[in-house]
Amino acid sequence: MDLIAQIEAEQVAALGKDIPDFKAGDTIRVGYKVTEGTRSRVQNYEGVCIARKNGSGIAGSFTVRKISFGEGVERVFPLHSTNIDSIEVVRRGRVRRAKLYYLRSRRGKSARIAEVTNYKPKSGAEA
Amino acid sequence: MRSGVIAKKVGMTRLFMEDGRQIPVTVLQLDALQVVANRTSEKDGYTAVQLGAGTARVKRVSKAMRGHFAAASVEPKRKLVEFRVDAENLIEVGAEISAEHFLEGQKVDVSGTSIGKGFQGAMKRWNFGGLRASHGVSISHRSHGSTGQCQDPGKVFKGKKMAGHMGAARVTTQNLEVVRTDADRGLIMIKGAVPGSKGGWVTIKDAMKKKLPEGVPFPAALKSAASEAAPVEAPAEGAEE
Repeated sequence: MDLIAQIEAEQVAALGKDIPDFKAGDTIRVGYKVTEGTRSRVQNYEGVCIARKNGSGIAGSFTVRKISFGEGVERVFPLHSTNIDSIEVVRRGRVRRAKLYYLRSRRGKSARIAEVTNYKPKSGAEA
Repeated sequence: MRSGVIAKKVGMTRLFMEDGRQIPVTVLQLDALQVVANRTSEKDGYTAVQLGAGTARVKRVSKAMRGHFAAASVEPKRKLVEFRVDAENLIEVGAEISAEHFLEGQKVDVSGTSIGKGFQGAMKRWNFGGLRASHGVSISHRSHGSTGQCQDPGKVFKGKKMAGHMGAARVTTQNLEVVRTDADRGLIMIKGAVPGSKGGWVTIKDAMKKKLPEGVPFPAALKSAASEAAPVEAPAEGAEE
């Protein structure tokens, strides 16, 4: 393991984030810390994860898309951000792409994602 | 003025801060950084410390340099750099400098050899705009255009920005912030990018254009200070102040 990988692994361990196993197509709820003036609260953002980028290391991020008041909204979260309070998988979707950018041009019925009925958590690697 | 350090560029990563910020950092490593020689005004006409970093195979070092390292009784080094210092900031030959030489939050200047780009056109090298895509321009869309005036002066002025070799030159980036130091592994993490490629040597100095923060170690943060040189170092430090 080179030094950079070692430093990144240490930081991931130090941050001690509990990241569930999720992938593109899953509906997730992200608890994001919002600071308003002096006090901070946790804001939930729920939508479909349409992309996971740069693996599960320190550089990893994911994109969550939702339809808010008839307008599509996408947010990119760094996987290990200290501003993320929690990540919760609401629903597991069955998709055949790693990046679901095609959802951007779809609305309503055609933007639905089928649910996985036989989800098995991956053993080992993904913690 | 105190000595800088020689470091090796390891690569870049990011750090997450408690307040949610993420900071891009370049990781620099001090590799067996030792003082190899001192230059004094009596002998050399100026004062400086010569630092050496890395390890070189003895077989690969010239006989003259082997003698130089032997005189300092240090292992042969890959990279030697002199840093101009004030006479009171000279460091004992053989002393090993640690990463705590710089404080967290301190501003530093980092110099290195930039990545070579080869022969490049005026658009990439000097940010020229090039010529138009249409309106009769043929073949020369990325050319630099005119290089001068008319019969008077009848020449291209020296220093005219034109195509040529780009990169592989000494570059200094000023006022970079030290985000974190790790003395055990000799790591210095600096916010943002520094010149050069991974594995390249860079020199880090206190920022020229910023005030030195309080509490920086003088003449340098030495590795042996913790074990045996501590009693030797402490009075020397006190005497300077």
